[in-house]
Amino acid sequence: MQGFAVALQPVNLLWCLLGVILGTVVGILPGLAPSGTIAMLLPLTFAMNPAAAMIMLAGIYYGAKYGGSTTAILLNVPGESASVVTCLDGHQMARKGRAGPALGIAAIASFIAGTVGVLGLMLVAPPLARMALAFSSPEYFALMALGLAMVVLLAGRSMVKALLAMLVGLWISSIGTDPFSTTSRFIFGQLELLSGVDFVIAAIGLFAIGEVLACMEARGQGQLLPVPRGLRNLLPSVRDLKDCRFAFANGSVIGFLIGVLPGAGSTVASFISYGVEKAVSRRRDEFGQGVVEGVAAPEAANNSETGGALVPLLTLGIPGSATTAILLAALVLWGFKPGPLFISDNPALFWGLVASMYIGNAMLLVLNLPLVPLFAQVLRAPAHVLYPLVFGLSMVGVYSVSGSLFDLGLLAGFGLLGYLMRKLDYPAAPLILGLVLGGAMERALRQSLMMSEGSLSILATRPISAVMLSLALLILLIPLFNKANAWRLRALEQNDG
Amino acid sequence: MKRFGTPDFWSGLALAGLGTSIVAEAAQWEYLGQDGPGPGFFPLWYGIAMAVLSLGLVVSSVLRQPGVEDPIDWAKARRAFAAWLALVAAVAALELLGFLLAFAALVFFLVAVMYRRPPGVAAAVALASAAAFHGLFVLVLGVRLPTGMLGF
Repeated sequence: MQGFAVALQPVNLLWCLLGVILGTVVGILPGLAPSGTIAMLLPLTFAMNPAAAMIMLAGIYYGAKYGGSTTAILLNVPGESASVVTCLDGHQMARKGRAGPALGIAAIASFIAGTVGVLGLMLVAPPLARMALAFSSPEYFALMALGLAMVVLLAGRSMVKALLAMLVGLWISSIGTDPFSTTSRFIFGQLELLSGVDFVIAAIGLFAIGEVLACMEARGQGQLLPVPRGLRNLLPSVRDLKDCRFAFANGSVIGFLIGVLPGAGSTVASFISYGVEKAVSRRRDEFGQGVVEGVAAPEAANNSETGGALVPLLTLGIPGSATTAILLAALVLWGFKPGPLFISDNPALFWGLVASMYIGNAMLLVLNLPLVPLFAQVLRAPAHVLYPLVFGLSMVGVYSVSGSLFDLGLLAGFGLLGYLMRKLDYPAAPLILGLVLGGAMERALRQSLMMSEGSLSILATRPISAVMLSLALLILLIPLFNKANAWRLRALEQNDG
Repeated sequence: MKRFGTPDFWSGLALAGLGTSIVAEAAQWEYLGQDGPGPGFFPLWYGIAMAVLSLGLVVSSVLRQPGVEDPIDWAKARRAFAAWLALVAAVAALELLGFLLAFAALVFFLVAVMYRRPPGVAAAVALASAAAFHGLFVLVLGVRLPTGMLGF
């Protein structure tokens, strides 16, 4: 109640509203990361009441998660990194004239999962934070391996091509300076590659530019994508909501638990949630072609991760991402000490923040749902207007990250790669998965082997990593078992025939 | 009946080449040092995996029955490559022309040449797009975009 007393003060409500609107805009525009926006606004908050400032900055953080799905669904341009997974089914739904339900489900999933994340933060923060401390390099390696095993579920028609795409992603993640030895790897004499290849460049190039190039094969005269007609097609149906029940739950839980782990990231959470949803779905063969659960699960995970990420930040003083690192800096600058005593020493701030997140999530749902029909009208734009717009957004998105013309050249390169992958039937999602997880996985493995003085047994003797690695192996072997079974049945049928 | 020259054959061959070159590069770096695995450890293993899997793809494409693989319509790809080259040219011109002019030129090309719209329409779309980007990103959001020799 103390928290709501703080959060419901008119001035704090206004700051919350400003934060979520800013966050939504930042999330929609590719390349504008919430961390950069929060960093830019930080100096302006020194004159503010710390509770109000924290409420606004947190609003930007989780507001961006709502906004990121909009361009992912409409234009196949991921607004922020975790929205890449939403592109897989969200844009396909738009191509089938179901952009409205896709946007609506994304907003509803975000609301439900965001609320679950806040509940988790409120109820289980301290004990969960202590459990997260049990995670060390072997457990992180196992988590990344589990994430990579999801490639099996992103494979499409050819498992070999999916694995090859993932290996290319691992290679791209190695480009740059090795963090342990400062050896430069695969830079081809280009100094700009010393800092590696930014994920945003690859994602926007492969998905957005690649998609536009593929669409440009035909000189379309009419509208780009079917525009939803009638209210029925502008919002999710009751059937859609029923189909997504498990996706909401799966995404909320997975997103929150992975968010608690510093450094794991919402992209990993989105991929794992998508993979789990696909594995248990009765229509798993339709994933990637526009199923509503394929939007609900990753969006839920993406938003629930916000609540999880605040757990180590507030209870241990450990930031798990660039955005939470800036929030930590803000708290320290205001004179607070995030850590085990933060909640007991600053109950008004903590509970005010928690209450504002409930309110902020509700604000985002109220803001975003009515805007769905408006956003869907973007699809009315003819191809000769929309495709150049996507090119422009992509270029601005990439340039705003690094200010480097070289990165724009890389964007064009990834765009061509994305187009060729489509022509040759190589799935792009496994490449992104390899790129996102490769660096962290290598670091975790090498740190683990340093801990064990070169012995791989450390991965099997620690219970959490052993369980996750076994799960990853099982996920990888299941398609092989299924294939072997199918061959055996075919052979039996031929013998009987 | 064996078949060479299919898309899987060539893409598999290219990836086998990439995998082999990754292994060759990784072999020059430290594999295992005093402090643990070196910079060559991870690349060596995924390079080997890439080379093996891609050679498997090459072999399976050769052994596959003809007609099993969907043909790729490369004739349509000409338009896509033209659009891509236009994007590359716009990126290359950024330093000289700046974002606004280079982007406007790109839009003009796409609308007038790729979509065969009248030059007036193409010019209007190009100008409107450039102005909208300048207004939203530069003026409202304060994002810095590349400027050319003319100062914008």
